[in-house]
Parts: sequence; C-alpha cells; structure tokens
Amino acid sequence: MKAIITVIGRDQIGIVAKVSAKLAELHVNILDISQTLMDGNFTMMTMVEWQDSVKFENVKTSLETLANETGLDIHIQRQEIFDAIQKL
Amino acid sequence: METNSILETIQMISEEKLDIRTITMGISLLDCIDSDGEKARQRIYDKLTTKAKDLVKVAEKIESEYGIPIVNKRISVTPISIIAAASDDKDYVAYAKTMDKAASELGVDLIGGFSALVQKGSQTGDDILIDSIPQALTETTRVCGSVNVGSTRSGINLNAVKKMGHTIKDLAKVDPVNCMSLVVFANAVEDNPFMAGAFHGVGEADCVINVGISGPGVVKRALEQVKGQPIDVVSETIKKTAFKVTRMGQFVGNIASKELNVPFGIVDLSLAPTPNEGDSVAEILEEIGLESVGAPGTTATLALLNDAVKKGGVMACEHVGGLSGAFIPVSEDAEMIRAVTAGNLNIEKLEAMTAVCSVGLDMIAIPGDTTAETISGMIADEAAIGVINNKTTAVRIIPATGKTVGDSVEFGGLFGRAPIMPVNTNSPANFINRGGHIPSPIHSFKN
Repeated sequence: MKAIITVIGRDQIGIVAKVSAKLAELHVNILDISQTLMDGNFTMMTMVEWQDSVKFENVKTSLETLANETGLDIHIQRQEIFDAIQKL
Repeated sequence: METNSILETIQMISEEKLDIRTITMGISLLDCIDSDGEKARQRIYDKLTTKAKDLVKVAEKIESEYGIPIVNKRISVTPISIIAAASDDKDYVAYAKTMDKAASELGVDLIGGFSALVQKGSQTGDDILIDSIPQALTETTRVCGSVNVGSTRSGINLNAVKKMGHTIKDLAKVDPVNCMSLVVFANAVEDNPFMAGAFHGVGEADCVINVGISGPGVVKRALEQVKGQPIDVVSETIKKTAFKVTRMGQFVGNIASKELNVPFGIVDLSLAPTPNEGDSVAEILEEIGLESVGAPGTTATLALLNDAVKKGGVMACEHVGGLSGAFIPVSEDAEMIRAVTAGNLNIEKLEAMTAVCSVGLDMIAIPGDTTAETISGMIADEAAIGVINNKTTAVRIIPATGKTVGDSVEFGGLFGRAPIMPVNTNSPANFINRGGHIPSPIHSFKN
C-alpha cells in the first residue's frame, strides 16, 4: 500500500529523524521525501510504501502517537486519493 | 511526488472544507410488500439491517484511510406509499418507526423514503401516507419524507398541493423543527442522495450506492484567485474546481461500491453548504461580485455557478444524477442567514433563484400564522417553475408556530438557524381551494 504522510509544525531539531525512525520501526519504506519551510512552519511530505501484512490503522495510530509526543501535525492518507483528484 | 498537487488537495480538505456530504445507499423494498403490515415491516427491517450492515463501517474506513470527511451516511428506500399500499393498515406511522429503528441500529444519520408520488393522482396508499406524515415525522428522529406533487410530464396535482399546505401546518404545530424532514417536490428524481428528499425509485436496481459531494468553500477560494477578471474566467475556474471536487465523489463512490459489493449509482454534483464559515454558496455569489446575495444580479450569478458546476462535474464522473447543481438552503448557509437578517434577501428573490438552481425554497422559516393556503400557494408557484422549466423544484419551509418576523428557528448542527422571513399575506385561498389538476405544459408532448 502506498500513502502520503504530511508533517507540519514548528521547526525543531530531529523532525525527519523521529518520523523516519518511527517508519522504520513500523516496516514502512520511504519512497520519496520533500521538505520545506513555509511561513516558518516545517513542512515535510513523504511518499511511503508497505507490505499488506502491515495494517493501515496501526501505522496511522503510531503516527498519531508520535504527533502527540512531538506537537507536530502528522497526517497520513492513501496515495490513490491524490491521483483521483488531480489526474485525468 | 507532485508536492504542489498534494498540498492543494490537503488544503482543499482541511481549509476549504471539501467533503463528501453523503454516501446514500438506495434499497428497494418492493420485495418486502405483504398484505400483513406486521410481516411487511419485519421484512423491511430485516432487509435494511442486512443490506446496509457495513455501510457505516465502510464509510468510516474510507474517511480514515483517505483522509476525506464523509459527513453523513444515509439510506433511501422505495416510497413507503407503494410498499404499504398492499396492507390494510389505516396509518403508516409504524412503517416510519421501523425505518427509524433500523437506521438507529445501523448508525446511519438519516433514512429517506417516507414518500408518495402523486403528480398525476393518488392511490389509497398515497392518501394514507400523507395523512400519516405529521405523526410519523414527529415520533421518529431519522426519518425523512417527501411528496411529489407535479411533473413536466403530468402537470400539477392541485389537490395534493392543497393537502400539503395543511400537512406542513400540522407538522409544525407540534414542533416547527420537524418540518425540516419533509419536502414537497415537482419533478422529483429517483436517485437523489440528499435529504430530506431522497427516495429509491421503482426503476432503480435492488441496491445502489449514490454519493453527494459538497465543496462551496473550494469554489470560493478558487474564485479569490481571479478577482476582477472577465466572467468567462469565472466560469472556467468553477468548471475546473467542480471537476476536482467531483473526482473525489467518483473515487469515494467507487471504493464504497467495491467494499460493499453494491453497484455504484450516481454522483450528485451539488454544491451543498453548511452553516460553517467558508462553506457557503452565497459567499461564492458575493465573490463573483455582489455586495450581498439578494442584490440584482443574484439570479444571473447563481445560474452561471449552477451551469459551470454541472459542466465541470459531468466529465469527472461516470454517471451524474440526483439534483446536481447548487443548493440554496437558507438556514444551512451562514451568508444567506446574514443576508436575510440584514434584509438583503427576501422570499421573492429566493423564488427567482430557484428557477436556475438545483432545488427550491429550502429551509426557510416563515411566520407561524401563515395560512395553509398561503403555503400551498408557495408550493404551487415552485411546482410551476419546475414543471414549466423541466427541472426539479422543491419546497421545504418551516412555519414557526408561535413566532414571527424577527425571531428565528434553531435546527442545530448541519441544519443551522433560520431567521423568519416575511411572506406576502394576500390570500390565494380561492385558487388553491378550486382543487383539480393543472394540465401538463405544451412542451411535455415530445413523443
């Protein structure tokens, strides 16, 4: 399953490290990653992929826990939705 | 990874309140008909709770995995006036209670189809159903009813128009808020996923999934980028935005249909507002260039919006259906409420707007002392607009018993607040009381 993870929040040390460590722990593979600062907010976008044996709910819950711990805004959405809206 | 597209999509959902207004499962009850009402209701209950048992679960899964809010999960059924007609029941309140019980057990928000189609005349079941409406909608919380009183093909059933004036008054007597669950149609459509008017037509498959989209905020935001440019640019911008919004409806419908193993019916391309700030159809019209909705030019801008939404949406999905256009429910649109309160928008202008938008006089509160005949007159006018212009029109008005202009009616949640609007008090009683049938218009003879 492919998904897009977006991370938005106040810039701080180790955001990428924390998110990618969590993803590695969950056996989620990073396919692409992009980051920028927008209006002082750290914005990171990651395309990830994992085997069907890993449940979407588990990944989502783990990321929500990480979001609470770090004060970051972390969202995960399956990738197909972006193609559906933006591509013919 | 196309970061701009991803950011735009996320912004549409989180800031501009793009959502799926409803996934509505249409379920035929024709195979539940029984001469014993008790048995029929048991079959209805069993069928609803079997067919729709996973509806809420699947909708919530889609919400969670794709990050798209699905505001309501609903069911529409075959008009109960047809299903119950075979029984010797003297009122159909028990059918509404069965629908309500099933809906509540399934966790669906609303269930529509406590309905009758009487555009040409009524059978006994239709009469009993209409007589049962006040009690049925008062004693249930999730049931919605509708009555179709006219069509381009059949003309307008003035007897039914007259009766519905009294039905609405009776329904309002107990609690005006109940009136939001009842809509009177002309040219009702059989695959509408929106309430209160959804029912599952007899020409439909046994079970289908229909999707109603939303997204006025997205259109408004897109138009903010083309300030001052010619109206052609406005139209193109709305088309492009409607395309994207509709794609999401098509996408969600496909997944829901696959997961539920039920055929996908239609996407309804309606822009449905909510009382939340930034989710308003009126704000779109103002963004196009009106000082306030209700100003001269309102009908023209709404016509353009309605048409452009359809043009953009049609290519984005496989099957278009339902009402498809822009909704103008006063209580559900923060900017409409403001315009009415400020005296910038009156019922006559709203009536003109209904000639070019997708429904009709919707969620409008009127003084409690408005007579049944006046309400019938309003229904007749709306029906005439629909019948002559070959489009759906509807009346969902709320006579606010015990209240008058200056007061308002609170519905809560998605349904908002309706300031009471003045109504022309000259009586149409002699016209309405003639009864009979307004013949179908000349352009209905197309064979």
